[in-house]
Amino acid sequence: MIKSLDPRITRAEIELNNSIAPLEENDQWETYEVFHQKKRGDQHMHVGIVHAANPDMALLFAKEQYGRRGQSVNIWVVKTREVYTTDYEDSDIFDTVPEKMFREAGGYKVMEKINKYKKEHKI
Amino acid sequence: MYGNAYIDPNEKANSIVAGEDPEKLAEFEARISKGEKIEPKDWMPKEYRKQLIRMIEQHAHSEIIGALPEGTWITRAPGFQRKLALMAKVQDEVGHAQLLYSAAETLGKSREAMINDLITGKSKYSNVFNYPAFEWADACIIAWLIDAGAIINQVANAKGSYGPYCRALDRICTEESFHLKYGHDAVVTLATGTPYQRKMVQDALTRWWPPIMHFFGPSDKISQHTEILMKWKVKMASNDDMRQQYLNMYVPKIWDLGLTLPDPNLKKNEETGKWDYTEPDWEEFKRVINGDGPCNAERLAVRRNAEERGRWVREALKTADTKYIVPLA
Repeated sequence: MIKSLDPRITRAEIELNNSIAPLEENDQWETYEVFHQKKRGDQHMHVGIVHAANPDMALLFAKEQYGRRGQSVNIWVVKTREVYTTDYEDSDIFDTVPEKMFREAGGYKVMEKINKYKKEHKI
Repeated sequence: MYGNAYIDPNEKANSIVAGEDPEKLAEFEARISKGEKIEPKDWMPKEYRKQLIRMIEQHAHSEIIGALPEGTWITRAPGFQRKLALMAKVQDEVGHAQLLYSAAETLGKSREAMINDLITGKSKYSNVFNYPAFEWADACIIAWLIDAGAIINQVANAKGSYGPYCRALDRICTEESFHLKYGHDAVVTLATGTPYQRKMVQDALTRWWPPIMHFFGPSDKISQHTEILMKWKVKMASNDDMRQQYLNMYVPKIWDLGLTLPDPNLKKNEETGKWDYTEPDWEEFKRVINGDGPCNAERLAVRRNAEERGRWVREALKTADTKYIVPLA
């Protein structure tokens, strides 16, 4: 038995040369992705994962791990296996986005036309 | 809290990138040199993955095991305020382990495999936690001066190249700043207290100085392996540079309290701007890291016991449809 400086460990009566069967697959359950909202009106932000056996436990662990400091008002958890994603390898699907100025406010410039018209018509 | 995952300077470097696709490797290195982060599903060299798993896993284990010497003093902390603060700190450390295991998992090693490697002694953790916390003052010295070392390491690594590790470290560093202030406050309280309290903190400091000097690991400047890992931003600074930074920041603060350090050669060299010190006993470091320290056996036995006694709870909660996939980020 361990005689420790820590009285809690001495009381637990632990064998120094104990050996245990290795942890098996799924011993730590599965993972949930955690989304955290700092204050009402903010977006929920992805902050990390927790391992949990069910959604209630995931929410509890998410609160302990990601709501420990600062402000929090709300947390979402989603099973990792239920999240669908694009691949970084396919990030070229976003390549033409910045070219499409017809969808941007900055793609429309009217002052030149207005000024020209005003000059011509002495308005 | 953390311990440095040190790289053996004698390890051969020439095989590191053997067999890697040169085009993909060039693209990978270009991305890192531009300051871009690598994400879990990106292509990466085998050695990059291997070293990161090893490093992040050791870091996670250090948080878990580090909770033990500090936890020793929770039941006997002087006063309710300090008991609450120490409990919060120890809970932070265990939370850090969770964040770090999660980051390591994104590289493809399961949490079960990491825990198995810890409890069988296959994986290492920070060597400092193989030393005991004899007195309350030891717990104070750990909270201030070990966490201070951890912060230097973690702030550097947070600028590394692997996205999930950097994000975990950013969160960890925020919490560590409380640990450092709490630890400093606890040491200052003893150092400015009664003669008995001063003696207590001086004795603890004397005990902890050799492990503190070991903290950043042996000199690794000459290693070619280290150079590649620094280029890949896996390792952000050499062990010696981090030790110098540490001495520069904390030795004056320690001397400021009128405490002494058990190294007659410790002084700042005005010519080089660097600290001179007696070379730490690296034979002892190796001996302890390989299992023969004052607390190694107890630490692992306690972890095995905790895993075993919790097993029926984890099994009772398991459902038939549990299906693990690697976390996203």
